[in-house]
Amino acid sequence: MLKNNTVQTIRDKALWMRRRAFTMVHDAQLGHPGGDFSAIDIIATLYFGVMHYDPTKPGLENRDRFIMSKGHATGALYTALCAAGYYPEEWLDTYMQPNSKLNGHPNRTYLPGVETNTGPLGHGMPVALGIAIAAQISGQDHRTFVLTGDGELQEGSNWEAAMTAGHRKLETLTLIVDRNRLQQGMGTEDTNGLDPLDEKFRAFGWEAVMVDGHDIGALLDVLAPARIGKGRPLCVIANTVKGKGVSFMENKASWHHGVPNAEQYRIALEELV
Amino acid sequence: MAAPAPQQEGFHDCRDAWARTLEDLAARDPRIVAVVNDSVGSSKLGGFQKTFPERLVNVGIAEQNMVGVGAGLANGGKIPFVSAASCFLSGRALEQIKADIAYARFNVKLVGQSSGVAYGELGPTHHSIEDFAWLRPLDAITVIAPADAWETEQAVRWAAAHDGPVYIRLSRMPVPDLTVKDRVFRPGKAEMVLAGSDLTLIACGTTVHLAAQAAATLRAEGISVRLLNMATLNPLDEEALAAAASQTGAIVTVEEAHIRGGLGGAVAEFTAGHHPVPVERLGFPGFVVTGSVNFLFEHYGITPHGIIAAARRALARKQ
Ligand SMILES: Cc1ncc(C[n+]2csc(CCOP(=O)(O)OP(=O)(O)O)c2C)c(N)n1
Ligand SMILES: [Mg+2]
Repeated sequence: MLKNNTVQTIRDKALWMRRRAFTMVHDAQLGHPGGDFSAIDIIATLYFGVMHYDPTKPGLENRDRFIMSKGHATGALYTALCAAGYYPEEWLDTYMQPNSKLNGHPNRTYLPGVETNTGPLGHGMPVALGIAIAAQISGQDHRTFVLTGDGELQEGSNWEAAMTAGHRKLETLTLIVDRNRLQQGMGTEDTNGLDPLDEKFRAFGWEAVMVDGHDIGALLDVLAPARIGKGRPLCVIANTVKGKGVSFMENKASWHHGVPNAEQYRIALEELV
Repeated sequence: MAAPAPQQEGFHDCRDAWARTLEDLAARDPRIVAVVNDSVGSSKLGGFQKTFPERLVNVGIAEQNMVGVGAGLANGGKIPFVSAASCFLSGRALEQIKADIAYARFNVKLVGQSSGVAYGELGPTHHSIEDFAWLRPLDAITVIAPADAWETEQAVRWAAAHDGPVYIRLSRMPVPDLTVKDRVFRPGKAEMVLAGSDLTLIACGTTVHLAAQAAATLRAEGISVRLLNMATLNPLDEEALAAAASQTGAIVTVEEAHIRGGLGGAVAEFTAGHHPVPVERLGFPGFVVTGSVNFLFEHYGITPHGIIAAARRALARKQ
């Protein structure tokens, strides 16, 4: 029963995030809505069902950390941090406007709740690794979550970090891969294939599981504390749909950084209910 | 990505000239290959990919790999044009550029797209204002920032024929064609756009047409302004600089790049050592605030107005 309530709360937050993010992208005529929408259910699950944090104390020592490695999906990140209480909703209206704190890519010196600056792909994993090592050294038990794109995993830096995390048996580190099978130009498997991705992580000393990245209940299960503690970092490969929730955007590479016209915006808001 | 600047009459996105020229060269020379990082669209290489699918190597989102692969392709007898957003090409793969391309002197052409602050709102991670400072000291690499579509085509043609590493820095911002009589592309040589004896404006890439506007205003006031299009930053045209310093006695540099280490830095290095004259440098002071590319140019004074003000400062210092 308790879990059902949580699932419903997360669904509501995710719906609000999709609508709000799409409005931001529409108003700015800029953004990355496809990758926002594949990631939103994952990020909503983390912030509203899994992580421990206090938005009034963004620097709390033992807070769980979330690193948004796919930094282009700011529609997803900024709406999540807003819904989590880090800043007021008016800030979202300034998305990418002159002098805004809400840059096209997140900046920790501008916004509370942003743990590190991202935008160039392949930066989140090493930073998350460093956070997890710091926790290990200081005996803290907080968890560190990092979300990468799947195309992003073509960057070698991810695998350097994966190797170290496996070697150091960093069980508080959890990587979630937004496995929407599309990158900027086309499919990941047509560009530089990643499959079999779970086996790659296992070979690097990780626990690897697959999950439907839009099934909140399933996400809650794999991200629950009970899943860690096996002496290995955890890799959750979340199978997702780029553009999830809007019929004309789903699985379309052109919506990687496509922006809606007035009519598309209207249709999308009708579908996002 | 960033919204395209409104298309003005007579303005061109130099990436079109780049892509057209590469396709033409590739049709004539089978050694020409393109190497990209999931950047076919942003490099405008869709046509190239259609015509020469086997000669387009897309390594995925992996810039270090991409530049190393470029060196390997050159070793294998190809003429690789490695094309990516210049921030990731020059920043992420800097050591590959230094060791595998410059130090090893492989015949690789690096083409940085959407350089400077062209990505506007996407912010400093996506801007490339440090690339001049990073690449200029790598002696083997010829660094060229074309000012317009014509110069882009010439630079790409020259690079293909030249045996050695080249960095061509392009924008995505539309720029007008320069009007220069009997134009010839001479790598390593500054182009005299306007002759003058009171002051020299030196620009490259997207700022040349802004400097030309500033020059027109100043000349209408009776100030004899010289305008140099310094498309090649490395090697630097020291002869033209020595002449500018000794004949006009004051210099203003303007570039869509970091105020330190780029065109202005190069000019200041040379003049300080050989012909000390007042040098006013215009560029971006560091990581910029959020905003569109047009907002950023205005905000940091990379405008005809800003250039005129810098010219007055330089002239005042000359007295
Ligand atoms: C180092 C680097 N190279 C290239 C880019 C340009 N870029 C931005 S997003 C993107 C595609 C990302 O694909 P993926 O990781 O699958 O993200 P998602 O599908 O979740 O949007 C690319 C190539 C970048 N941001 N950083
Ligand atoms: Mg993807």
